[in-house]
Amino acid sequence: MIKEDCSTTCALSRKDFVSDQQVKWCPGCGDYAILSAVQNTLPSLGKKKEDIVFISGIGCSSRFPYYMDTYGFHTIHGRAAAIASGVKMANPNLSVWEVTGDGDSLAIGGNHFIHLIRRNIDLNILLFNNKIYGLTKGQFSPTSDQGFVTKSSPHGTIEEPFLPGELALGAKGNFYARVPDTNPKFMTEVFTRAAIHRGTSLVEILQNCVIFNDDIHEAITSKETKEDAQLILEHGKPMIFGKEKNKGIRLNGLKLEVVTIGENGVTEEDLLIHNAHDEDPTLQLMLIRMSLPEFPVALGVIREVSTSVYEDVLIDQIKTAKEKTKYKSLDDFFNSGDTWQVK
Amino acid sequence: MVSDKNTIEVEKIVIKFAGDSGDGMQLTGTQFSDTSSLFGNDIATFPDYPSEIRAPQGTISGVSGFQVHIGKSGIYSPGDIADVLVAMNPAALKANLNSLRKSGIIITDIDSFDKKGLEKAEYITNPLEDGSLEDYKIIEAPVTSLTKKCIIDLNLGLDNKSILRCKNMFTLGMVYCMFNRSLEQSENFITTKFKKKPELVTANLAALHAGHNYAYTIELLASAYTVLPADNKAGLYRNITGNQAVAWGVMAASERSGREIFLGSYPITPATDIMHELVKHKWFGAKVFQAEDEIAGICSSIGASFAGNLAITTTSGPGLALKGEAIGLAIMAELPLVIVNVQRGGPSTGLPTKTEQSDLMQALYGRNGDSPAIVIAAGSPSDCFDFAYIACKLALEHMTPVILLTDGYLGNGAEAWAIKKTKDLPSITPCLVNKNVKDWEPYLRNPDTLARYWATPGMPGYEHRIGGLEKQEVSGKVSHNAENHEKMTLMRAAKIERVKKFIPLQKVKGKEYDDLLIVGWGGTYGTVFGAVTDLQAEGYNIAFCQFNYINPLPENTAEIFSKYKRIMVCELNMGQFANHLRATIPQFTYMQHNKIQGQPFTIDELKNKFIKTLAE
Repeated sequence: MIKEDCSTTCALSRKDFVSDQQVKWCPGCGDYAILSAVQNTLPSLGKKKEDIVFISGIGCSSRFPYYMDTYGFHTIHGRAAAIASGVKMANPNLSVWEVTGDGDSLAIGGNHFIHLIRRNIDLNILLFNNKIYGLTKGQFSPTSDQGFVTKSSPHGTIEEPFLPGELALGAKGNFYARVPDTNPKFMTEVFTRAAIHRGTSLVEILQNCVIFNDDIHEAITSKETKEDAQLILEHGKPMIFGKEKNKGIRLNGLKLEVVTIGENGVTEEDLLIHNAHDEDPTLQLMLIRMSLPEFPVALGVIREVSTSVYEDVLIDQIKTAKEKTKYKSLDDFFNSGDTWQVK
Repeated sequence: MVSDKNTIEVEKIVIKFAGDSGDGMQLTGTQFSDTSSLFGNDIATFPDYPSEIRAPQGTISGVSGFQVHIGKSGIYSPGDIADVLVAMNPAALKANLNSLRKSGIIITDIDSFDKKGLEKAEYITNPLEDGSLEDYKIIEAPVTSLTKKCIIDLNLGLDNKSILRCKNMFTLGMVYCMFNRSLEQSENFITTKFKKKPELVTANLAALHAGHNYAYTIELLASAYTVLPADNKAGLYRNITGNQAVAWGVMAASERSGREIFLGSYPITPATDIMHELVKHKWFGAKVFQAEDEIAGICSSIGASFAGNLAITTTSGPGLALKGEAIGLAIMAELPLVIVNVQRGGPSTGLPTKTEQSDLMQALYGRNGDSPAIVIAAGSPSDCFDFAYIACKLALEHMTPVILLTDGYLGNGAEAWAIKKTKDLPSITPCLVNKNVKDWEPYLRNPDTLARYWATPGMPGYEHRIGGLEKQEVSGKVSHNAENHEKMTLMRAAKIERVKKFIPLQKVKGKEYDDLLIVGWGGTYGTVFGAVTDLQAEGYNIAFCQFNYINPLPENTAEIFSKYKRIMVCELNMGQFANHLRATIPQFTYMQHNKIQGQPFTIDELKNKFIKTLAE
């Protein structure tokens, strides 16, 4: 049945993006806040509803498209990046969002993840990172901390985890942001930035799995500690954080360090100014790697660099080829070259 | 030209060019076949090359061959036994002698039959001297030394390696003389190919002419052969390889369906040339995406299909295995998708450059769940155009993945193609939703085809979600309901079965009732057809059924089978199509004739087998 709506004729609101499906995540799941933040983000993008597509792989997060009243495709494990790439290349006018998780994108879909980022196709990736496999009921993931005890690692994991941001920048990524699922307003801001950025935008969302890995991001997100645990980055602004707004990040030789303004002669002038637009990713990588307890965790848009976009070049090549071709039609092409007439 | 010579007219002739994989035999063979078809011959070609790019020089594993069958008419295969073998070194002679007919002609480069060359080919004595070749006519030409001499005299400043690369043109010149062919086509080719390196144009032209003059002047060739132009139906012709034909068929389908082409693919022998061909046609709007792996190849195509493109992926056996899960997604999501599988010897990496009808079972069943897809197979290089077109038509009209099976033999083989006009091709009407479709929901079906209506992103009012989870009928919402799953499984099967109503009836070559019905499918068409045609002319009671529609089978298949005393299924595998027939039409007994050597059937071996069977 075709819904009578005003999607193309009037301003959209959050409710235009709410589908008729009952949301079936576990009560208390961080996904609810993310869904709501996405639904709040879309009306401001100026995109028609029919031009928005959500593509997901497999995992709890990948049910996301069912809850969005846009075009959506819930695909197979790990392959959302490749399928979303095809959607965007087929119709570059679409706003394409890939919804994925740490297992979907960094384990089974790792190959597609890095190549999508390397190609810089204009997609927005929302990577729900809860450091656990939820849908299969509690195995460690590629982002689980070393030694983490799960059903499939009763003696603790042996592996080093990935940092999604580090991986993305290693794959030549141009947009990387990190946000916690506990701050709806912040999520909406970052999602908007990701949508506006042309090229592949990766947003890592620190998402809480209430059943299998509850409070995994608690040290970063709890009300009591978050001001000291989070460094919220803004391009062009000094890196200040802490309850008293008196702590900051300074470069000491080739290392970052936490300093307190007013102590040991440190002033705001000594602090690093965040440059998300720096093409050289060195400092951005250092920020991505900062971890508790020595450092706060860097949040916000860490890297945002403009460069050529895959499908722009593809379309341009096609346009040029069409202009330059000597063939008037397909039949003309078939009939060209070495042919002979049989009478 | 050799018009003043004693010229022998022959109906058809098979020439095999063989040499080291660096000797340029593929190019030589292609040049000869192009010239012959411009002359008006009917042709069929078959390249046979090693999977190593450069195996050790001079060894048997490094031998590369290119077989050309030219004739006045009725060329259905590249021919089984060669009449003329061009062997550029001892290894090429050793590797190909068993495919040369007794009393056939061997043209060799005598310069290569030195101690080193013979050792590399593992000859204990020199076959040119030990009498082992006395059944053949041998032409010992000093190809290396004459090529060197004619080029060095020109003082072009070329190094020895570049000079020796012209040997193949010397040989080509000899063969042109032998078959009374004009040098013009190859002269033009050389001039264009080396446009930026004039010294190479001069050198190659010199070698070509020197070879031609050598053959003519010393009259080592006892007589020149003439293969007269073919009696083909009137029309404009050109040569086409199977892989090229697939790409062009897809382009024609794009033109007629109004859907842009998207090809997501990953390089794999022997399918890669389809991607190479299609990417040349950005002028036509073809989007070609070289993905990071086979899975991304098909998945990007599924994404493009969801977004409304005519989506294709190309692969060969091992790649089809990797694509299995994604094909299942396209079946569940009921999206149009064409999967072209250029089959090669398997299992595993198998024989990448050799042909085999290896993947019929994989195409039919290689997925989880009951997951039927349309499977069709092309029968000859030019047939690949028609079946690529039909694959696209069926995918777009029936909203399903279609697997098109070709093989290395078809993909790399070439033959004359009567150029089609796109307007003469059958129309393609994609099953798109439109305003006449009342009460649309994502899985509402067209009552004729049972295909769901396609609504693509960008179409206002049709926003919907699909995916790999089981669907509620009509609404397309996720459903775990037990009865619904059974209903939907049966529906997916019925949708494919319904395709029977839209494909042509099976035809038979031969009498309606007879002793023996030979059944073949796909790429063995030329040889099986040739063998049966010969035997029919000789008065044997034999008929032939060539299958191109594999799943579903044509509606009248059982009716045809019932008219023959015995049925023999011939295929290049252990009996996959025979087993498919046993599963789908179990009331008949199917004899088998199989070959699993990475090589096509030969007409002679088939005839012998059929005569023996008829006598039993």
